[in-house]
Amino acid sequence: MFFNSLLTNFAALEVGQHLYWQIGNIRLHGQVFLTSWILLGALLVFISLGTKKMENDPKGLQNLLEFLWDYIRDLARTQIGEKVYRDWMPFIGTLFLFVFVSNWGGALIPWRLIKLPSGELGAPTADINTTIALALLVSLSYFYAGLSNKGWRYFEYYVHPTPIMLPFKILEDFTKPLSLSFRLFGNILADELVVGVLVFLVPLILPIPVMFLGLFTSAIQALIFATLAAYYIGEAVEEHH
Amino acid sequence: MLAFNFFGATEGGLFDINATLPLMAIQVVALTYILNSLFFKPVGNVVEKREKFVSNNIIEAKNKLSEVKKLEADLLTQLQSARTEAQKIVSEAENESDKLYKEALELANNEANASKEKARLEIESQTSAARDQLSKQADDLSELIVNRLILEK
Repeated sequence: MFFNSLLTNFAALEVGQHLYWQIGNIRLHGQVFLTSWILLGALLVFISLGTKKMENDPKGLQNLLEFLWDYIRDLARTQIGEKVYRDWMPFIGTLFLFVFVSNWGGALIPWRLIKLPSGELGAPTADINTTIALALLVSLSYFYAGLSNKGWRYFEYYVHPTPIMLPFKILEDFTKPLSLSFRLFGNILADELVVGVLVFLVPLILPIPVMFLGLFTSAIQALIFATLAAYYIGEAVEEHH
Repeated sequence: MLAFNFFGATEGGLFDINATLPLMAIQVVALTYILNSLFFKPVGNVVEKREKFVSNNIIEAKNKLSEVKKLEADLLTQLQSARTEAQKIVSEAENESDKLYKEALELANNEANASKEKARLEIESQTSAARDQLSKQADDLSELIVNRLILEK
């Protein structure tokens, strides 16, 4: 593809190159799994340390984790509603934590220092496979949430408030995962590219504000992804009167 | 079977979708279960237990406060009634003592009047007795004077 080769050669950045793992006859993007395992491992260690000794008067890490838990609960409760937010809070929280840890890990850790034979390590969310996987999980979740909560009455949503809405609502089921996945993918990849290009062109000082902007974007994208996922689930379980 | 191919062909591109997608989805679902048992459940238990504890305490405190207010109002009414009772008793006692004072005063006045009257009568009788005696003596004296004058002649 011309587009890809152009990107590949641009500013000596490796774009669209992957570290392939071949297992049987399936092929995987190894760099995505390597970084996600490192980051998720760090996250799990962090959480295990924080929840090791839970006390009624929180101290240290437990405080931070409780703040995080409260933040996620508020997010889930405001979007999904008082009735079923408990069922979906772990999923929303996992999406938030996964995207946040991936984005920040990709931006904060100098992966470039680790040389791979092909491709390079980076944020797992800068790979289209990851974001599509997350977006499809969100789609499945809101269908499941709607059907399990309201049964076949879930499909009333498609003709609410008038049957004219039917084609648009059906279209929405396709645009939701598409926009979710491409928004996250585009933002994180663009951030990595901008930082990469700036570091290549002006290796001093100038990339730093852009890096901070990247951290900001990364956090915002995690919040947006989790909020939208919760909103879609909330929309599916909402009762129309 | 795990034949890792670290030196795979450099095909691909930005939109290279392959088995990474379903595996990543499985990984995220697994992560959801792990985080649920490691993070969301335990932290949720602790936080919700504390929230319950705090709200229970608040309710208890509110109940106690309302009880205190009720008791306070109760005491206030009791105090009020005791005060009116006391006032009544005091005014009754005042009336009683006033009455007693008046009675005593009247009694004393009467007694005084009686003894005054008695004394006056006594004085009067003595005065008349004395006047009688005086007039008798005057008569005697005048008779004596008359007798002497007549005898000298």
